[in-house]
Amino acid sequence: MTDLLTLTGLTKAYPGVVANDDVSLSIKPGEVHALLGENGAGKSTLVKMIYGLVKPDAGQMQFRGQPFTPAEPRAARAAGVAMVFQHFSLFEALDVAENIALGMENPPKMRDLAAKITDVSNAYGLPLDPSRLVGDLSAGERQRVEIIRCLLQNPKLLIMDEPTSVLTPQEVEILFKTLEKLRSEGTSILYISHKLEEIRRLCDAATILRLGKNVATCNPRQETARAMAEMMVGEVLHVPERTPHRATEVALELRGLSINAPSAFGTSLKDVTVTLHRGEVLGIGGVAGNGQDELTAVLSGELPAAAGHVFFKDRDVGPLGPNARRQIGLLAAPEERLGHAAAPDMSLTENAALTGTIRKSLVNNGFLNWGLAQKFATDVIKDFDVRTPGAHTAARALSGGNLQKFVIGREILQRPEVLVVNQPTWGVDAAAAAAIRQALLDLAAEGAGIIVISQDLDELMEISDRFAALNEGRLTAPVPAVGLTVDQIGLMMGGAHDLEPANA
Amino acid sequence: MIALEKRPEPSQLWSWLTPPLAVVLTMIAGGLMFAALGKDPVEAIRTIFWDPIFGEFAFYYRGQLLVKAGPLILIAIGLSMGFRAGIWNIGAEGQYIIGAICGAAVGLAFYPWASFIVFPLMILAGALGGFLWAMIPGILRVKFNTNEILVSLLLVYVAEFILASMALGALKNPDGAGFPGSRNFRSYPSGYNEEIIAGSGMHWGVVAAFIAVIFAYVLFARHQMGFQIKLAGQAPRAARFAGVNPSRLILFCLGMSGALAGLAGMFEVTGPAGQVSIDFNVGYGFTAIIVAFLGRLNPIGILLAGLLLALTYIGGEAAQSSLGLPAAAIQAFQGMLLFFLLAVDVLTNFRVRFGKREVA
Repeated sequence: MTDLLTLTGLTKAYPGVVANDDVSLSIKPGEVHALLGENGAGKSTLVKMIYGLVKPDAGQMQFRGQPFTPAEPRAARAAGVAMVFQHFSLFEALDVAENIALGMENPPKMRDLAAKITDVSNAYGLPLDPSRLVGDLSAGERQRVEIIRCLLQNPKLLIMDEPTSVLTPQEVEILFKTLEKLRSEGTSILYISHKLEEIRRLCDAATILRLGKNVATCNPRQETARAMAEMMVGEVLHVPERTPHRATEVALELRGLSINAPSAFGTSLKDVTVTLHRGEVLGIGGVAGNGQDELTAVLSGELPAAAGHVFFKDRDVGPLGPNARRQIGLLAAPEERLGHAAAPDMSLTENAALTGTIRKSLVNNGFLNWGLAQKFATDVIKDFDVRTPGAHTAARALSGGNLQKFVIGREILQRPEVLVVNQPTWGVDAAAAAAIRQALLDLAAEGAGIIVISQDLDELMEISDRFAALNEGRLTAPVPAVGLTVDQIGLMMGGAHDLEPANA
Repeated sequence: MIALEKRPEPSQLWSWLTPPLAVVLTMIAGGLMFAALGKDPVEAIRTIFWDPIFGEFAFYYRGQLLVKAGPLILIAIGLSMGFRAGIWNIGAEGQYIIGAICGAAVGLAFYPWASFIVFPLMILAGALGGFLWAMIPGILRVKFNTNEILVSLLLVYVAEFILASMALGALKNPDGAGFPGSRNFRSYPSGYNEEIIAGSGMHWGVVAAFIAVIFAYVLFARHQMGFQIKLAGQAPRAARFAGVNPSRLILFCLGMSGALAGLAGMFEVTGPAGQVSIDFNVGYGFTAIIVAFLGRLNPIGILLAGLLLALTYIGGEAAQSSLGLPAAAIQAFQGMLLFFLLAVDVLTNFRVRFGKREVA
């Protein structure tokens, strides 16, 4: 059988960076093909070229045996390529059918369209009521709107960009059933992800990109996740070592903490109660947007709580601001690196002073001691293997992984008694992620209590002593992480709302 | 093809090179404009930039340079603190007026008591007046989240009416035969802001401006408050994470710029202007905004920018009288300076590449 899509020597350069360098791959009809790579490896650029959003500088594409040069997404769709983006483009004030009609060239009458939507959603096990407002839908349901929008075009090739990042395990299960059904009908799928276990389960072939180059093509079912990760990073991975935790004294306690979201789009925390012991790693999972940012802000002191809800070693610290909490040893590292955990245009020295002034005594009578701040920054760079020319470099010049190592390292070197980190390895390459996890475990082994808020369940299972999940601002009771099954985790995260597997 | 590409880091070199480049471009474009008006461009540029310092009548102009630059620098230093933090005090002119009224009122209240203590009290009153006037937008912003740009700007017009009322009413010279305006401080040595060196233009306000430059330099380079100001301006969320109290910062920046503008007004009204009159203010509070940006919100830069802008004022006046250039042409010339500065500013963060884009 001839290949559905063949890419030969595709090259695309942006100023200062070659996003794709001589990339070739081919996708067979009815194949689920994984596109693997770290953030910045060039996955997005490659699919944007296939979808007509970006024009390649060099190389050829062939689709169904014909030369394929889509000038715009419309041309790509007409040829039979559809794409589900990681970030949805839906209007919240419109209902499902209206949203789908907006994306069509010649939308049929609304009643016919609604019937078609119901047909497709039943056929592929993606229940969706065409008359519901998109604003009321969960992230998983919104993704279904996007998928059905694509399926209505009868695509030959469906591109999915990290589809599972917004889903609970149960929802992932449903999605995979749908994709398997599509495959059995002969539709090819280009599946972008960096979740290796998923790819090993679902995909027939994988193309691995590193720094814009095609480094390997393999059959993911015959490779271990670790081998693929090493192909992605190009080096041997170090797996964190775990020392089991024994219950000790309480380091931090939340008692019935409720707090209104500071913004209209935030999630209010509802009656959060949890205890963190010294030397313990508490993992907090959940689908994004269920109160993770608010919980981080309450713990860091950016969002002060009323008295009587947050206790640090039996001391009520709820109303204290960030610096008062640093004073007593309660430190945090927020999710967003650029602009929140670090100031993008400031040097690493200045960013070291951003949180380090108190515990590192960088201030004397209100005057900053820049010499000490630079030494602190240099220590972080050295101890955490931050790859940068030096402490004078602006934060924004660092890659995501290096800046994350700096941000986490900056807090760890301040010897916290309790450290709260939100998405410590988000968008970080596998080697740096392993180093960060090991550093957190080392800190716990020295007696600090650590709260890791993350959407990466593999990460949480790897480093947590106990696991809890956030669901619409509520925190489940923590349970020991050892022996927890994916099903149990999914139920804790809120399970699957009105989902059923595809009728295979 | 010309392409702009973003630099990984802002260029230090270009951030210092862009102001002189903007001045050169202004000279070229301004020269073309003067030529279009039928004047000799070289002559006009020389009259504006050269003659006030080195020409025949330089002995007079040189003194004027400091007289004009002093208040501009003093106000711009205050503004630069807020501007760095993203707090936009556009109403320095109003704070300048209120500072002048308060300072003058204290002096006039003591008239004709001769004591060395009078002038320091007037200085305090001037700073306090500007400070309190700036607290209005400050407190409104902190308490009710109003827009400080609008509030501070509108308060300028309120201040102008208060000034008119004072010049015609409470502060009117009782011996002035009914003419509007207060007593002239030249006839009250204890309250007069005299030139320290005769003919130099160096009065206490200029001294205060130099002190403010040094103070601001130390604040930004070494002090935690300067770091917090910079942080709040560049990354507000990171500032909150670093424990910066936004309300305190807003009040500090507005209060500081108000106090410095009030000082400038007080030194002006008791010195070069001499008396509280209906229209003693000439827009220093607005021009200082240009000075602050021309100096890249950097104290040393503001010092140089203040001197440069004062030069274009003095040279512009000279060009009006000696070459017959219209006042509007001079204003357009000053406008060009800001225009070109903002335009070439892009070079700090971007680099220009000529020729076809190639695969790197």
